[in-house]
Amino acid sequence: MNLFDILGPEMVGPSSSHTAGAVRIGLTARRLLGEGTPRSAEITLYGSFAATGQGHGTDRALIAGLLGYKPVDERISDSFTWAKGHAMVFQFNRSKLSAEHPNTARLDLVGKSGKTLSVTACSLGGGRIMVTELNGLRAKFSGDLPTLIVQNADQPGRVGIVANLLAKENVNIATLQMYRDHPGGNAVMIIETDKPVSKEAIDCLSRTEGIIRVTSIGGER
Amino acid sequence: MAIESLAALENACKEQDIFEAIRDSDCVERGVTPEESFENMHEIYAAIRRAAGRYTPTLRSASGMVGGDGARMRTYVDTGKTICGGYIGQVIALALEMGESNACMKCIVAAPTAGSCGVMPAVLLPYQQREGLDDDAMVRALYVAGAIGQVVADKASIAGAAGGCQYEIGTASAMAAGALCYLGGGDVPAVCHAAAMAIKSLLGLVCDPIAGLVEVPCVKRNAAGAMVAMCSADMALAGIRSAVPPDEVILAMRDVGDKMDVSLRETGRGGVAGTPFGLKIAEKMGVDN
Repeated sequence: MNLFDILGPEMVGPSSSHTAGAVRIGLTARRLLGEGTPRSAEITLYGSFAATGQGHGTDRALIAGLLGYKPVDERISDSFTWAKGHAMVFQFNRSKLSAEHPNTARLDLVGKSGKTLSVTACSLGGGRIMVTELNGLRAKFSGDLPTLIVQNADQPGRVGIVANLLAKENVNIATLQMYRDHPGGNAVMIIETDKPVSKEAIDCLSRTEGIIRVTSIGGER
Repeated sequence: MAIESLAALENACKEQDIFEAIRDSDCVERGVTPEESFENMHEIYAAIRRAAGRYTPTLRSASGMVGGDGARMRTYVDTGKTICGGYIGQVIALALEMGESNACMKCIVAAPTAGSCGVMPAVLLPYQQREGLDDDAMVRALYVAGAIGQVVADKASIAGAAGGCQYEIGTASAMAAGALCYLGGGDVPAVCHAAAMAIKSLLGLVCDPIAGLVEVPCVKRNAAGAMVAMCSADMALAGIRSAVPPDEVILAMRDVGDKMDVSLRETGRGGVAGTPFGLKIAEKMGVDN
């Protein structure tokens, strides 16, 4: 841990895992949706989030993140009211099932355009988070670095196309993960990069054969 | 690189001022210049000051258990008839205020955690005011606090769930003790012993939050942590030393944390969380244990 993991972060309380981390989960989901405040959100809480979430304001924190509020924003405690003002409807479920991590939330969002997104993330403590599932596919990224998520048909050449595109953009790859549901089925590439990829490149990639969907988020740090 | 042990800190300071040694290690660790590092630490201090100014006496926490005690303490201090005196009264009041602000979803600075956010401000802000110190001096003291926290985080933990509130309030108290001792003119051994004595005083402190909330007994423990820090700093400045070497005190803290029963490690089952009162609140809050 560096000095600024010990002193800081500046955050709305009461809990870095149940409040600040929850805000960051909401913010990351909003960024992944890419359409500003969603029209609707169905949020399922697992484990400790479900058990003590209300008292820690976890529900308010998640909604605040979806509204685009940062972990220091004191509107977090009134986020339900603010959400009504933005015409965002939401619903919370508390699951009895245990998730891989005790502080897990799954957000099923519908954007203003009708676009849907499902993201599961957990709060690791100290305000750090990890996305573990995106649109039904396994994932593992924190959202700290610019991240490209490419859903593609599991066939030869797709990874090469993406890698070449990044090379042409002079974007360095920090980490690269790949998952698929079954051979020849749906696959996902999660690529963390040192700098964000341009919108033009992403649009071009989205139209490429075999590429089903491209989601990207700029880095936070 | 991060400071690895209090002994390593003492060694690093043979050639340099303690603040410079820690700042330089931060520069290496995060790849920043000394100026950038100092600027970052200034922002932290500014954030702590802003947080201290946000207290609202009428706010109540989610469970209703917490709120208003900071104001009660201030009113009492204003009577001029406290046992501990006005200065200590202010320290206690600020610790309570910060803890309550955290519980009531105001913006605070985790130091090292949100639950223990009251200790550092309570110990440092009244001292700065009384001594007329500038912000640069306080920022240097934050480096000392940060290094102590780093060593504990590395050798033990700063999470109550890992081994009790000794890891949160205990660490915050050790950080504040070291920072205060440094500000009081203590040399590096004195700073390390101040931290060690604070830890020893809070060894075994359990994490037993009612309904799993950061409210009871967390808020008032911030006041206790601040008091232990000041006591330890003064003892160190008087030349008093921990009989056990500071790094070994941290080992003891780890030993106690590892042996601590799970019901006393932020599970809301033991300690005050498990009292009839505690369980009633948990039920009211719909907590499923």
